[in-house]
Amino acid sequence: MGSGYGKKPVGKMVIMGIVSIALYTALLLNQETFNNYFGRGGLYTILPIATAFIFSFIHGSFIGNFWTVLGVEAAKKKEVE
Amino acid sequence: MHDIVNAAANFINLDIVNITYLFLVGFVGGLVSGFIGSGGAFVLTPGMMSLGVPGLVAVVSNMCHKFPKALVGAIKRAKYGQVDVKLGIVLGISAEAGVLYGAHIQENIKKAFGDAGSNLYVSAAFVVILAVVGTFVLRDAWKTYKSGSTHEEEKVTKIAKWVQSINIPGTMVYFKSLNARISVLFTIPLGFATGMLAATIAVGGFIGVPSMIYVLGAPSLMASATELVIAFVMGLGGSFKYAMHGLVDIRLAMIILGGSLFGIQLGAIGTTYVKPFMIKVVMGVIMVIVLFSRALMVPVYMSQLGLIGQLGDTAVKALKSTSFAIMIFALALGAFIVLKAMWQGRRAENCLHRKLSDIAKCNYGQSIVMGRYKKMLVAIDGSESSMH
Repeated sequence: MGSGYGKKPVGKMVIMGIVSIALYTALLLNQETFNNYFGRGGLYTILPIATAFIFSFIHGSFIGNFWTVLGVEAAKKKEVE
Repeated sequence: MHDIVNAAANFINLDIVNITYLFLVGFVGGLVSGFIGSGGAFVLTPGMMSLGVPGLVAVVSNMCHKFPKALVGAIKRAKYGQVDVKLGIVLGISAEAGVLYGAHIQENIKKAFGDAGSNLYVSAAFVVILAVVGTFVLRDAWKTYKSGSTHEEEKVTKIAKWVQSINIPGTMVYFKSLNARISVLFTIPLGFATGMLAATIAVGGFIGVPSMIYVLGAPSLMASATELVIAFVMGLGGSFKYAMHGLVDIRLAMIILGGSLFGIQLGAIGTTYVKPFMIKVVMGVIMVIVLFSRALMVPVYMSQLGLIGQLGDTAVKALKSTSFAIMIFALALGAFIVLKAMWQGRRAENCLHRKLSDIAKCNYGQSIVMGRYKKMLVAIDGSESSMH
């Protein structure tokens, strides 16, 4: 929908997208293992917390670039170039 | 460690349909939460519960997906100059205490009454809070709309004026979102209630955002952005607390995160396109619809606990599917309102990007274009959104 200004971070988006998909594939193909360890509590508490941060960072970065590439940005960021 | 066996039994099977559903629920939840800043968990928690996830696991998994997401959202909105970090951290600290207390209650209820008790507690809390806050927010949005001053700065309420006028030596702190010095003592009960609610239904924003607006006197855009800081602080603490007992279903949390990160960034971008009162409208409307969805489930849980007579299978099924349908309706409506507002804002903006002579080609009346333009001038003047 955007007309697009300047360079778009297509490369970054693709890399982060691939890493993100890999993470999700790993999680969903090994549900049993994940549930087993992550549901243990105690010292294993760190696992879900760390996972949340990692997924959030990788996936968040992918999506940030994704919307930028699509040209969806905040109102009035730039004037016409 | 004692909950290990129970916890494993709490994790439902996920097939491709469930995963897709959770992803979509996550997207809309994120969209709404990026827009109104309250985590969107009132969409996500019931959304998960509709799949048969126990109330407590839904709340916990929600919280675990929420804190990193809140961080992403807060950073994004800080770029638009909407975040008051100091207020967020001050409220976040007392919210943390509220989370720990609320989590304690949750665990005791689950121990004493099992999943049905926990479900009833979560649903009843939803209904009461949604009814009170939803009505209040909608009434306020309606008043703003009727007064016709939708472009004007929001007025500071009488309570907020009073709060800002009280001087308790040694406790006064200046907050940029309020543009005033207030006593931090006022933030403690607000933060605590926010945290307690977050541990109960995973939506602290229902108290946090309105209390910042109405009690402290923050503009709604800043309140909803600052809430993300609070959500991060208390979400991290709460997740730790619950994960210690093995209650986090990481699959649920991450699938919802996957969808909601798409939504939250879009929602945050959306806030820069709309009038402030629209945020209140979206918040209020969704609250009230979700209220009905959860209220329908209350008799089901009550009958499971034996508090009322046994409900027939048909009645239970009918209540469950109606509740689910209403939920879906709320999701779709929320997404529609936010996306439509963004779409219109972008079209108007694109018109402005073109040469003056081309403006006539746009499908917008001059008054709309000028209205948006005026708003943008205000935004460019006062925010960082135009700087980067």
